[in-house]
Amino acid sequence: MKKNKFRYMSVGDKTFTFVNYIFLSLIFVIILYPLIYVVSASFSDPQAVISGEVVLFPVRPTLKGYKAVFQNKKIISGFINSFFYLFVGTALNLIMTILCAYPLSRKEFRARGFLSLFFVFTMYFSGGMVPTYILVNKLGLLNTRAAMIIPSAMSTYNMIICRTYIVNTVPDELYEASQLDGCTPFRYLLSIVMPLSKPIMAVLTLYYGVSRWNDYFTAMLYLNNDKMQPLTMVMREILIMSKVDMTKVADASAVSKLQGMSDLLKYSTIVVASLPVMLLYPFVQKHLVKGVMIGSVKG
Amino acid sequence: MKKKKRRKNSNWQFWAIISLPVIYAIVFAYIPMGGIIIGFKDYSIRKGILGSNWVGLKYFKQFLTSTNSLLVIKNTLILGIYTLLTFPVPIILAIGINEMRCKWYKKTVQMITYAPYFISVVVLVGMMMQMMDLRSGIINLLLGRIGVGPVNFFGNPKVFRSLYVWSGIWQTAGYSSIIYVAALAGVPQELEEAAIVDGASRFQRICHVDFPSILPTIIIMLIFSFGNIITIGMDKIYLMQNSMNASVSEVISTFVYKVGVVNSNFGYSTAAGLFQSLVSFVLLVIVNQACKKLTDTSLW
Repeated sequence: MKKNKFRYMSVGDKTFTFVNYIFLSLIFVIILYPLIYVVSASFSDPQAVISGEVVLFPVRPTLKGYKAVFQNKKIISGFINSFFYLFVGTALNLIMTILCAYPLSRKEFRARGFLSLFFVFTMYFSGGMVPTYILVNKLGLLNTRAAMIIPSAMSTYNMIICRTYIVNTVPDELYEASQLDGCTPFRYLLSIVMPLSKPIMAVLTLYYGVSRWNDYFTAMLYLNNDKMQPLTMVMREILIMSKVDMTKVADASAVSKLQGMSDLLKYSTIVVASLPVMLLYPFVQKHLVKGVMIGSVKG
Repeated sequence: MKKKKRRKNSNWQFWAIISLPVIYAIVFAYIPMGGIIIGFKDYSIRKGILGSNWVGLKYFKQFLTSTNSLLVIKNTLILGIYTLLTFPVPIILAIGINEMRCKWYKKTVQMITYAPYFISVVVLVGMMMQMMDLRSGIINLLLGRIGVGPVNFFGNPKVFRSLYVWSGIWQTAGYSSIIYVAALAGVPQELEEAAIVDGASRFQRICHVDFPSILPTIIIMLIFSFGNIITIGMDKIYLMQNSMNASVSEVISTFVYKVGVVNSNFGYSTAAGLFQSLVSFVLLVIVNQACKKLTDTSLW
């Protein structure tokens, strides 16, 4: 059927379809290749990686890199810290978001107009890095785990998405009916709004979760205690600052061996660190479009 | 009377529910906004914000006249404009995806192109540094095989800007295309069919049906992009910086961080940050008004 359709196309359309498929396949390869390469390199023999033998598939497969990752105490502690910030932080984000979005979605709430403006303004203008830093310092949050969680307790942008969703999907009649049954606004939030907003909560969990997991800057700004550093900061040390001491190794073969091992460790760290998000991603991907669409229709 | 009373009651409950977010916004958004006055003061920790002496526009003048900071502003603008020029990439990608008829392939392309968005910038820059390493990076090894000498991607100031912008496209083009794909899905079927009946080719349909239909979305996104010309986020560029590319990689946000947080020159750095947010806000307003006049589409 489809082939027949293709046969009846004009020459111009055929060319167009052809060029389009080539173009997208090219983009597809450009985006996919680095991802595949990193995974392949992380499973390959260190020497094969630095000599360029690994181009697409793993060469002389080994798990040495992953062994090194899981023996590295800093990485393990970074993992535990990151999971802590992820769970506690995202939970706080979701609670704050719904607590804010729900009252702003009810037209019975008289301060709604004023408060909407109050929150939206923070989206367009902020005090900036230094005044916030001074504030966090004054509050005594510097160098505490709370500094990683509380200053980013809510994103106004996500809150607006959530509010728009509630306004558009929770029927107004439900509120009136629940009022007749003597339901308080708080009870209504728990038994009606929250169950009905599950899809948007899934999207927001992804948004908040990803930004929590990937954040390194907050830690760089507010933490200088090694014990509290998230995985991203540990990775920054390993990947960007290349903290592998090579000055003490004298002969060339040992240097190249160490260089290979450190490369392998880097690739394995990249894979391990990206795994949690990449595992979550396929489940939420179908909701993504919905989230982006609601976000673009501003409230 | 009774009804009114109940209303009042529920209003009280709404206030109770929203109280935490309100307190949060006051403390972490509005109090720092008040802290902007540091930019006009000779801030000393001992005297506190209110007790410090006023210096007026001293720091602003300093920021707008010293050669060092002018270079920073120039770098920021060049990178911002370069980024703005790549604005059509996600649109082209979305149109291409929309034209795909093979369902499973379309799904796969979407899945893969969206994925890099979820990778941490630390991982992205780490990947780039590994793969573009002067000696052992795969890209230089492959370039070597076709006879092109090794390129020092991170050490060469000439390559840096392209590296920054195009790695950003690699990471976000797919994700940014989602909004256009969604808009294209909303193009009325009747219009497409009418165009087919009129004998329009697929390319003509894109130009005369699809493109005008998603133009409002494009304009909204364009307004936001203009606002961001002077706001180069600090996360990625800070990781990409080294002493060799510093002449092109120092931008306002990294400058604010280094002067303010690292060197504790709070007043000067607050002034620089404020300059950036003001310019960005003014740009947003101007472009928004222009779009309103020209096309009837605007943010507000």
